[in-house]
Amino acid sequence: MAAAMTSTHEEPRVVLSARGLTKSFGAFAAVKDVDLDVQDAQVHALIGPNGAGKTTVFNLLTKFLQPTGGTITLMGKDITRTPADKVARMGLVRSFQISAVFPHLTVLDNVRVALQRPGGLSTQFWLPLASLERLNARADELIEAVGLKRERNALAADLSYGRKRVLEIATTLALDPKVLLLDEPMAGMGQEDIGTISGIIGEVAKTRAVLMVEHNLSVVADICHRVTVLQRGEILAEGDYKTVAQDERVRLAYMGTEEA
Amino acid sequence: MSEIIHAPAKPRTERAGTASRTFAAFLIIGLVLLIIAPAFFYPIFLMKLLCFALFACAFNLLLGYTGLLSFGHATFFGGAAYFTAHAVKEWGLSPELGVLVGVAGAAGLGLIVGFFAIRRQGIYFAMITLALSQMFFFFCLQASFTHGEDGIQSVPRGHLFGLIDLNSSTNMYYFVLAVFLIGMLVIWRFINSPFGMILKSIRENEQRAVSLGYSVARYKLGAFVMSAALAGLAGGVKALVFQFATLTDVAWQMSGEVILMTLLGGIGTLIGPIFGAGLVVTLENYLATSQFPVTIVTGVVFMVCVLLFRRGIIGEFYASRLGRKLGFEHRR
Repeated sequence: MAAAMTSTHEEPRVVLSARGLTKSFGAFAAVKDVDLDVQDAQVHALIGPNGAGKTTVFNLLTKFLQPTGGTITLMGKDITRTPADKVARMGLVRSFQISAVFPHLTVLDNVRVALQRPGGLSTQFWLPLASLERLNARADELIEAVGLKRERNALAADLSYGRKRVLEIATTLALDPKVLLLDEPMAGMGQEDIGTISGIIGEVAKTRAVLMVEHNLSVVADICHRVTVLQRGEILAEGDYKTVAQDERVRLAYMGTEEA
Repeated sequence: MSEIIHAPAKPRTERAGTASRTFAAFLIIGLVLLIIAPAFFYPIFLMKLLCFALFACAFNLLLGYTGLLSFGHATFFGGAAYFTAHAVKEWGLSPELGVLVGVAGAAGLGLIVGFFAIRRQGIYFAMITLALSQMFFFFCLQASFTHGEDGIQSVPRGHLFGLIDLNSSTNMYYFVLAVFLIGMLVIWRFINSPFGMILKSIRENEQRAVSLGYSVARYKLGAFVMSAALAGLAGGVKALVFQFATLTDVAWQMSGEVILMTLLGGIGTLIGPIFGAGLVVTLENYLATSQFPVTIVTGVVFMVCVLLFRRGIIGEFYASRLGRKLGFEHRR
C-alpha cells in the first residue's frame, strides 16, 4: 500500500493540459491543434520564433481568448468555457508580455491589490484604507524576496522596465497560484535581475508548475525541465532542452532569427 | 538605478504629511464658510449649489475613480427627485424617509442601467447609458405619477424627524448641508477603502485586475450603483428644496451638465466637482436675469477650460507650483 502510494506520488502529475487547442481568426489559424501537458513541480518553456503563437497559447490557456477548438483541463477540471477571472481564482495566474503593473500605485499597493482578494479584503467599501495594513507583512515578504525593498514606496510608473517586470512577478506570486504562466518574464531585465528571478522561478517551481515563454535560451537551458517549440501555431518539437536544441527542424526554424 | 528611484520615495511620505495638514486646514475653512454662508447669500441658491455639487461628486465617483463615462446620470438625479416628491406628497412620508425612497429608487435604476452598460467600454458604455436614460425620460413623460409636462408640483417639505420645520429656509439649508456632508463622507470613505483600491487598480490596468482574479464587472457594477444612489440623494433633496420635480432633471441636458461640472472642476479629485458645480450654477444663476444666453457663456467657459486647464480648476491647482508646495499631488 505504502509503496503504491509513493510510486503514484513520484509519477509526474499533469496540472494543466490542452488537447487539440486551436484558435482561428477568420481563415488564419494562429494556433493549430496544440497538445500541451504542464506538470507539477516543473518549469516548462514555450519557445519559438516571433509570431509562432506563444502569446496566443497563453491567452487561450488563461481564457483571455476563447479557443475555437480543443479542450483545456486545469487540475482535472475542464476550463474550456470558464471565464478568465474564475480561472485565475482556481489557481492559474499569468503575467503579461507588456509589463502589467498598476502604474499610479506604489510598489506596496501593487502587491497588496493582489493580496486583497485572497485576504478577503476586496469588497469592503466601508473600511478605511488602514485596514489593508494587515496585508503588509506578507507584502513586504514578497517585496523583499524579489529585491524591491528600496523601491517599496515608489510609484510603479517610476520604476525601470526591468524592475516593473520584477514587481509583476511579485504580484503574481502573491496569489500563491498552483500554475504560473509567465510571458517573457526576463525581457528587458538587467543581468542581476535575471539571476534573481531565475532563482525565484526555480524555487517556486519546486511546489507548483510554471509555464513560461522565454527568448533568453540560456535561461531556458538553466531552469527549464521541459521545452516545447512552437512554429506557425503548431508544435515543432518537445522534450528536454538538449533534445530540442539538437533537433534539426528547430535549428532550421531558429536560423537567422535567434541565436542560442 | 535604484538610487534614482529611491530619491523621490522619501519626500513622498513627507509630502503626504503636509498634504493632510493643508487638507485639514482647507476643510475647516470650507466648513466655516458653508456654515456662515446663508448670512451672505440667497439660501435657495446655496442649496441648489450643494445639491449639484453632491450630484457632480457622485458622478465623479464613476468617471474619476472607476474610469466610466456615464451619459445618463440625469436618470438617477431626476428619477430620485420624482420618487421623493411622490413619496412625500402622495404617501405623506416624512422628508428623511422621502429622501431615502429617492436614494433606493435611484440605486435600483442604477442596478438596471449598470447591469446592461458595464458589459461595454468607452463610447459604447456612454451610448448605452444615454439610450437607457432617454427611455427613462419618455417613461417619465408618459407615466401618470410624474404628471407629464407639469411635473409634481407643490411638494411639502414637512418636518425633519417630525420636529424641525423645513419650511424655514435656514433649517432647510442646514438640512441640505448635513446631507451634502454625509454624501461627501460616504464618497471619501468609498474611494479610500479596500473596494476603492480595487476600483483604482481596474482603472489603472483592467487586464491585470482580471488576471489577479477580480471579476471586474461586479466591481464596476458596485461603483455604478453607489454613484447612482448618491446622485439620487442629491436629486431627492433637490426636490424638497424647490418643492417640485420636473422633466428638466431627467433630460439628457442634465446628464451633459454634470459631465461639464466634473470636467471643469477636475476629474478624479475629491473636491474638484464641487467647484465645477459652483461655477456652472453661479453662472446660470447670475446670467439668468441678463439678456445674454447662459448656454453660450457656459460653452465658452468649457472651451477655455478644455484648451487651457485640461485637469480642471482643482486639478490644475494641485499640479501648480503653489499646489505642490502645499503638498498636493495630482494623481490620475
